[in-house]
Amino acid sequence: MGSGPTSPIREPLVKGHKTYHQITEDLCSPTERAPSRAWTLAFIVALSALTFGVICIIITIWVGIGTWRLNRTIGWGWDITNFVWWIGIGHAGTLISAILLLFRQKWRTGVNRAAEAMTIFAVICAALFPAIHVGRIWVVFYFFPYPNTRGPLWPNFNSPLLWDLFAISTYFTVSLLFWYTGLVPDFATVRDRAKGFRKRMYTFLAFGWTGAAKHWQRHESLSLVLAGLATPLVLSVHTIVSFDFATSIIPGWHTTIFPPYFVAGAIFSGFAMVQTLMIITRKVLNLQDYITLGHIESMNKVILVTGTIVGVAYLTELFIAWYSGYVYEQFAFFNRALGPYWWSYFGMMACNVLSPQLFWSKKIRRNVTMTFFMSIFVNIGMWFERFVIIATTLARDYLPSSWSFYVPSIVEIGIYVGTLGIFFTFYLIFVRIAPVVAIAEIKHILKGAGDQYAKPNAKSTFQQVESGNMELKTAGHGSHHGQDHH
Amino acid sequence: MKHGEKNIIFGLYDDEEDLKRAVIKANEDHLQIMDVFTPFAVHGLDPLLGLSESRLHIGGFVYGMLGTLTAFLGMTWIFTRDWPQIYGGKPYWPILSFVPITFELTVLFASIGMVTTFYIINGMGPGVKNPVIHPSITDDKFCIAFTTDGHEHGHVDKLRHFFQHTGASLVETKTI
Repeated sequence: MGSGPTSPIREPLVKGHKTYHQITEDLCSPTERAPSRAWTLAFIVALSALTFGVICIIITIWVGIGTWRLNRTIGWGWDITNFVWWIGIGHAGTLISAILLLFRQKWRTGVNRAAEAMTIFAVICAALFPAIHVGRIWVVFYFFPYPNTRGPLWPNFNSPLLWDLFAISTYFTVSLLFWYTGLVPDFATVRDRAKGFRKRMYTFLAFGWTGAAKHWQRHESLSLVLAGLATPLVLSVHTIVSFDFATSIIPGWHTTIFPPYFVAGAIFSGFAMVQTLMIITRKVLNLQDYITLGHIESMNKVILVTGTIVGVAYLTELFIAWYSGYVYEQFAFFNRALGPYWWSYFGMMACNVLSPQLFWSKKIRRNVTMTFFMSIFVNIGMWFERFVIIATTLARDYLPSSWSFYVPSIVEIGIYVGTLGIFFTFYLIFVRIAPVVAIAEIKHILKGAGDQYAKPNAKSTFQQVESGNMELKTAGHGSHHGQDHH
Repeated sequence: MKHGEKNIIFGLYDDEEDLKRAVIKANEDHLQIMDVFTPFAVHGLDPLLGLSESRLHIGGFVYGMLGTLTAFLGMTWIFTRDWPQIYGGKPYWPILSFVPITFELTVLFASIGMVTTFYIINGMGPGVKNPVIHPSITDDKFCIAFTTDGHEHGHVDKLRHFFQHTGASLVETKTI
């Protein structure tokens, strides 16, 4: 048994007295049955949003950036706001799969697969914005350093914007490799159950996986080293995104607190998006035994911690602005909080700093409905954060004669809606094709964290009922709520 | 395993502990195990099978260093030899500015290199069809396989007896 001894006070991570075969059944079956009505409906909505987005992107490219309401003062608006928002959302997947792997957090196995998929889709959405915001997308390959006929003329390696290009390309590639390598054994599981066309498809996708001992050994070695590489990578990506702002001379951007504050915010929003998706997924695909209230609670704890870090960062910024004695910095923050965009600042504060504090209560942390709404709030709040940093700061620059105001055009809104469409379309296709929970990893932890193996707490154990109310069960009776499956 | 056909006999066990006991028994009986197949990574199996630690991470280090050098030397060449240019009064060779891209390329090269190596040495890749010994191996069964080629006639019976004795739930012969 590989997963080692588990502390008796740990909550089981796999419920319902699962056997290895039941795990296969439960996790493969969503890919094997016909799509449900809910899925089809969601897919149509997502695809419509995607189509709308594509139309708006075509308008942007065809007509030009003038279709956006950016102006001389506000050069970055919804485009970069959305870019940073999506990149942030893409941070939870690698955090869960890499950092939590290094920290031996077994609860990651329930959510890592979906979170990694989410990362990849979010990075795709993010990467779209820098590409289209340059205006002339047909020369976007000028970004890359390659021997060219223009001199050769090279990009500026001093520029954080170029670092960002490298960071995001690397992040996307590494996340994709990590995710796919983890998927291969599970594709093999689906392959060995499938027939006909599906068999051919999964044979292709499974890359010829056999489950040989040496292959598993290498697989584990690879996963561990990739996790080791992805951990500094995930921290570097948002650090570099924050450099896009921090290395400028704009008051309110030019701050050394940005890297840690951006990374914490990214993890914060990423986990919120994982919660949003997992709460729907576990319900629709009936995965409550694998993505338990314990998992949701663990993620809520991460949200609480990172939300509080973000809150401290906001207050530190305000304090330092005052303490610096630098009038432009002071004005930038005064303007953020009380200027024409005061509502976005207060939206940000309410959603990111105040609302996660509710998660100090265990009852709320384990309440699915509350968690769902909180996750939406956090995502809204984190979007506002980026909007506050970007648009509201630019709206009031050094020259009062240049002060401006910015509202997005329908094209800009459409592109944002379109990225939501891309994200959800890809996610919905993913849940139809791949097992949403890592089958082999769940089997691996079963004997250490399955409810029939995990010893109940010496004194008493709290058994959680879905509605959120608690029941006290004495140890030894080991009653489980009618979870006998099949 | 992929090169040419071979005759094998395999047994399936229901639990990884049974599998490990059977491997120990096979070692005691001096039976040459061809391979062991499991639905997930079973820890503690590698020493029993005499598998040495994977050297994949060494490859990862080498690929990573290659990335480091590519990035650092590449940028150095561009900024000092090919097209020296002053950006904002910075020196021609701004080492600190090279740190982020050097780091990213280190990670990129190490990851791509390791993953590619992993698939190549495993004999895997898009669309590769390795023989599936039994469909339950990727589900809930733990398999030990022996080759029966090049052994005397009684060897198969000896292996059958071994599987029976160690509690295999299914024993079959197969040509792969």
